Amino acid sequence: MIEAHEEKDVAIEQRFEPKAKDIDDEISWAQINVDVLRSLERPRPLYWIIFFASLALFMWGGYCEVYQYNTGLGVADLDNPQVWGLYIATFIFWIGMSHSGTLLSAILLIMHADWRKPIYRFAEAMTTFSLMTAGLFVLVHLGRVWQFYYVVAYPSERWAWPNFSSPLVWDATAIGSYLTTSVIFLFFGMIPDLAICRDNATGFRRTFYRVLSMGWRGTDRQWSNFRVTYLTLACLLIPLAVSVHSIVATDFAVSQQPGWHTTSFPPYFVAGALYSGCAAIITLFIVLRYTFRFEHYMTIPILEKLCKLTFAISMVWTYLNLIEYAAVWYGTDPVAKQTLIFRATGTYAGWWWAMNILGSVVPFTLTWKRLRTNIPIMLVVSLLLNLGMWIERFMIVTPTFAHGYYPWTWTQGWWPNWVQVGIILGSFGWFNMLFMLFCKIFPSVSMYEVKEMVYHRREARKSLSSMRPSTDP
Amino acid sequence: MKKKSYILALFADFHEATKTLAALRESSIPGFRMRDVTLKSPIDHPECAEELGSRPVYIQIFSLLGAVLGSSLIFLGISSAQANFLRQPRGFFPIVPIPPNMVITYELFILGSVFFTITACLIMWRIHRVKTNLYDVQISLDKIGILVEAEPQAIARLREIFTLHHALEISESD
Repeated sequence: MIEAHEEKDVAIEQRFEPKAKDIDDEISWAQINVDVLRSLERPRPLYWIIFFASLALFMWGGYCEVYQYNTGLGVADLDNPQVWGLYIATFIFWIGMSHSGTLLSAILLIMHADWRKPIYRFAEAMTTFSLMTAGLFVLVHLGRVWQFYYVVAYPSERWAWPNFSSPLVWDATAIGSYLTTSVIFLFFGMIPDLAICRDNATGFRRTFYRVLSMGWRGTDRQWSNFRVTYLTLACLLIPLAVSVHSIVATDFAVSQQPGWHTTSFPPYFVAGALYSGCAAIITLFIVLRYTFRFEHYMTIPILEKLCKLTFAISMVWTYLNLIEYAAVWYGTDPVAKQTLIFRATGTYAGWWWAMNILGSVVPFTLTWKRLRTNIPIMLVVSLLLNLGMWIERFMIVTPTFAHGYYPWTWTQGWWPNWVQVGIILGSFGWFNMLFMLFCKIFPSVSMYEVKEMVYHRREARKSLSSMRPSTDP
Repeated sequence: MKKKSYILALFADFHEATKTLAALRESSIPGFRMRDVTLKSPIDHPECAEELGSRPVYIQIFSLLGAVLGSSLIFLGISSAQANFLRQPRGFFPIVPIPPNMVITYELFILGSVFFTITACLIMWRIHRVKTNLYDVQISLDKIGILVEAEPQAIARLREIFTLHHALEISESD
């Protein structure tokens, strides 16, 4: 009888055993302000190294684009049948990256997963800058950049409208809507933090933050309206994000090209988008944690949760990938089947196998606690996962063009040349440069949400300790 | 119009602020109304704000309105652009390409809702109706503020209540 009571006591004690904390809830609100505001002043030298390296890449990409613009699309070695090359593959990659911000911010907000609070801000910024980068590729791949407005529905003097049945017009509308909404969502969520910046800044920075904080004073009326608005925007952003990548998938799926004409493409694209975005969040998490000394906010338990989420999504992507292979293999389209065989055994076989290994096998490293709590290893793994997802997009576009319905399209030896590679590298420079600038001008950790997180956890701990059974006889 | 005065008290935590709001609610000071009390805090704290009484939020109505307007206007817009509702030149029935039109309609359904939501929120914040500059930067740091708009004769009693509930700082303005 006594033993049974003791066992019960032990079980109760175990229930109250503290798990690894996402964040130290003893940290004071004032300290949160100090830590985050310091990131706007004095980052580590790595910040400047990344910034200037990105600037150099961007300038190189800019040079390649100017050369292509002046000379013509031929210098990028783009011709029939390889008309898209790396540009559209990288366009899909950047669109995909943009999904993680929505996932982390909006979906986890609705699910009340409060561990998102220290990291969602930079994920949202990543969404915005990824979309801006993706938008550039729409222009770059045109060659005739000056004709970009052909896909925009506006009343011209000739009453010549775009073809509303074309997925390219849907794309323009969807990406435009998503970019606008993402910028609003990012900015709106920052307003209370901009007020903190305003209250602590001097000179022209104070004026800058005062204008952006839009009269925020933290009143109960402002908070209650803010809460409802933010939640409403989150609810609107989720279907919008899903629609954007589904529409990008229809660019391919509504065509008759072998390997593209499949109904699983929209969910496959959405899963791939979330996957690459999560991997990118892990990379940026590690970079920001070191660069801005955010060790108290971007903690190892949060990194672990991110890794688990990434692993779950990677398995969804793997499943959809296998479904796509199965649908083609057991389907009735022999040309699509030949294209699949060509991917696995032809000119691009090495890349195809690399994609499958990086996308489906490497994520298993995320299941080992020892590995996923090791920051250098996670940095390498996250970069490998993103490399895998970039190759995936290359594998969607190029082999299909190289192995179409007609023998004249079988240009099996096509590889991108230095102009394309230069512009792709330039896009990475452009993204990094904008992202780093953002982190230097705006708080990349949400101060008010971290304060909420700390406050609620502290209150929960207090009420938990009051429930703890007394050890007194 | 009667002259109004303002008093702002800062508190160390929500516990003290909540007790103060309850005391204000129970008081019957001439020239003071509970609806003129504003809570200022560094984080959202609905439990504390409940003491202020019902202050409904109407944002969702505007979200719905924006969604309906955005989607219907764009559907009509692109249908007119393509002359979808007109009979064909040789007298056949009009063709309304619902599926492709719906894609763009869906996007504008969301975008319209976003614009209306954000505009409604900015209006509801009543930035245009700020009556006093009484504010303390400590509110954005870690303190809780209670701002009261009242007639000048009520200010002394309000100050007493704030002092009784351990207000850290009290400031006034006209």
